[in-house]
Amino acid sequence: MSARRLRRRIVSGAMTALVAVLSFVAVLALVLILGYLVAKGASSLDWSFFVKNPVPAGQSGGGVANAIVGTVIIVGLAALIGLPIGIGTGLYLAEYGSGRLGWTVRFVADVLNGTPSIVVGIFAWTWLVRPMGHFSALAGSVALAVLMVPMLARTTEEMVRLVPHSLREAALALGYPRWRTSLRIIARTALAGILTGCLVGVARIAGETAPLLFTALGNLNFTTSIMQPMQTLSLQIFVYGTGPFDEWHRLAWAAALVLMGLVLLLALAARAAVRQRHGAAR
Amino acid sequence: MTRLPIEPPATQPSHSQTHARPLLLGRNTGDRLYRAALTGLALSLPLLLLALVLELGASAWPAITRFGFRFVWTSVWDPVAGVFGAAPMIFGTIASSLLALLFAVPLALGVAIYLTEFSPKWLRQPVAFLVELLAAIPSVVYGVWGIYVLIPFLRSYVVPPLRALLGWTPFLQGVFYGNSLLAGGVILAIMIVPYIAAVSREVLLAVPPSQREAALGMGATRWEAVWTAVVPYGRAGLIGAVILGLGRALGETMAVTMLIGNRHDIGVSVLQPAYTMAAAIANEFSEATTDLYLSALFEVGLILFVITVAVNALARLMIWRVARGTAVGSRAL
Repeated sequence: MSARRLRRRIVSGAMTALVAVLSFVAVLALVLILGYLVAKGASSLDWSFFVKNPVPAGQSGGGVANAIVGTVIIVGLAALIGLPIGIGTGLYLAEYGSGRLGWTVRFVADVLNGTPSIVVGIFAWTWLVRPMGHFSALAGSVALAVLMVPMLARTTEEMVRLVPHSLREAALALGYPRWRTSLRIIARTALAGILTGCLVGVARIAGETAPLLFTALGNLNFTTSIMQPMQTLSLQIFVYGTGPFDEWHRLAWAAALVLMGLVLLLALAARAAVRQRHGAAR
Repeated sequence: MTRLPIEPPATQPSHSQTHARPLLLGRNTGDRLYRAALTGLALSLPLLLLALVLELGASAWPAITRFGFRFVWTSVWDPVAGVFGAAPMIFGTIASSLLALLFAVPLALGVAIYLTEFSPKWLRQPVAFLVELLAAIPSVVYGVWGIYVLIPFLRSYVVPPLRALLGWTPFLQGVFYGNSLLAGGVILAIMIVPYIAAVSREVLLAVPPSQREAALGMGATRWEAVWTAVVPYGRAGLIGAVILGLGRALGETMAVTMLIGNRHDIGVSVLQPAYTMAAAIANEFSEATTDLYLSALFEVGLILFVITVAVNALARLMIWRVARGTAVGSRAL
C-alpha cells in the first residue's frame, strides 16, 4: 500500500472517529443536563413540594402547588384556543391549500414559527394586558396559543397529506358528501399523526417562559381565576433560579425537574403515537 | 394571468399534489359550510401576523420618529434622560448567536454526518431521538443549568487553559465573573444543536445514494465520499440548516437573559458580560416607566422580529432547494 493511500485511509478513519465523538458529545450534553436535574432536584420532591404554596422569601419549606396548577390551567386554556385553530388551518392547507391563499397561509405559518417567543409576549401584552389594565392568565394562554398554532397547522397538513388518495375516492364513490369524507375518513385516518402534532405542540409551550413574563406575570398565591395573574412552573423557576436564596435554588432545581418530566412525558407520548401509526400502516 | 398550455409532466406521482381541489369543490351546503369554516380558521394566521406587525409598529412609532436611525447605531441607553440607542444589544445578539454557531455547527454537522453515513443502523434512531430531546428542554431549565453547572465548569476548567493559550488576544481580556458572552454563547450552542442536526440529517438523507456510490466506485475512501460527494451536493440545504439555527439563537430569550450578564456595552472580549435584544425586553419591559422607554423596547422587539423573519425566510429558501416540498425542520420539537 502506498504512503498516499495509507494517509487517505488514516484521514478517513480519523474523521469517522471524530464525527462519532461529536455525536457522543451531543448526547453527553443531554445526559449531563438531565442528570443534574435529577441529582439536584429529586431530593426536594416531597409531598409538601406538590401541595404547599410558596412561603415568604428567606423562610424554608413551602412548595409550588400554585405553579403546578397554574401551568395546567394556562397550558390547558392555550391548547383549548390553539388546537382548533391549528388543526383547522392544517386541514385547510391540506384540502384547499393549493391556491394563493394556501401559499400565503403556509408562508405566514413559517414566519410565525420562527418568531421569537418574547416578541409574541409583548404582542399579547399590547393586545390583552394593556386594554384590560391588568395582567392575566388568559393573556398568557393567548400568547402560548399564538406560538402553538403555526406549528400545529404545518404538522396537521403534513399528516393529512399522507392519507392515501384511494381512501378519499372510495368514500366519495359510496356517496359520502365531501365534507364528511374530509372529517370522518381523511382526518380520522390521520388522527394519530394529528394527535402527535398536538402533543408536540403542547410540550413546546408547556416550558415557555418569555411570553408569560408580561402576560401571566406570576403570582405567589394560589389562584384559579384566569383573569388574575397566575404562576407557572417556568416563571417560578426563573424567579427562584435567579434569586439570592439557597432555599430558592433548591426549589428551582426541583421545579425544573418536574417541568422537564412533564415535557418529556408529552414528548414520549407523541413518539408513542407515531410508533403506533407506523405500526398500523405496515 | 397567462398559463402554460401544457402541464409540466409530473416526475413523481405523489398523493399530496394530485388530490384536493377538484374532489373537494362540492356544491352542497355542507361542503360549502365546511370550506368556509376552514378558510375562516386559516385566515386567522395572516390576520394575526398583520396585527402583530401593526401593533409592534404602532407601539414603537414614538421611538422610531424620535430617534430615527440613530437608534440602531448609538450606544447610549439612558431611560432617565430619555435617550435610547440599541447598538450594544444588537451587537450582543449577533455576537452571541455567531459564537453559538461556532460551537454548534461542527457538533451538529458531526452528528448528522455520523448518523446518516457511518453509524450502525440500530444506533440511528436512538441517538437522533436523544439529540432531538435537547430541543424539548425548556429554555428556563437551560438557564438554571447554565448558572449552577455550566458557569462553574467554565470558570474552573475552560477559561484558565483558554487564557493560558490565547490570553493575548482581545477576545479573552478582563475578569471572568461567570455571566458573559461566552456562557451565553455556549448555552445557545447546546440549544440550537438539535435544530441544525435534525435538518442537516434530513438534507443528507435526501442526497441520492448514487452520489456516494459514484465516489466510492472511483476509489474514494468513505470519508472522501462523504466530504467530496455528499456534503457538496447538500450544501445549500446544510447552509439553510445553519441559518435556521441562527434564527433560533437570535430570538432565544430566557437562558441567555440568565447567563449573558446584561451589560449595556459593546466589547469584543467573550469573558465580559453583554446584552441581547431579547434579554433587554425580558429585563426592562416591566420596569419601563415612561412611554418613550416602553416605545424604545417595542422598537427593539420590532427590529428583533424583522431580523429573525429575514433569517428564517433565507433558511427556508435554501432548505427548499434541496429537500423540496417537505416541511423540513417542523419535526424538531
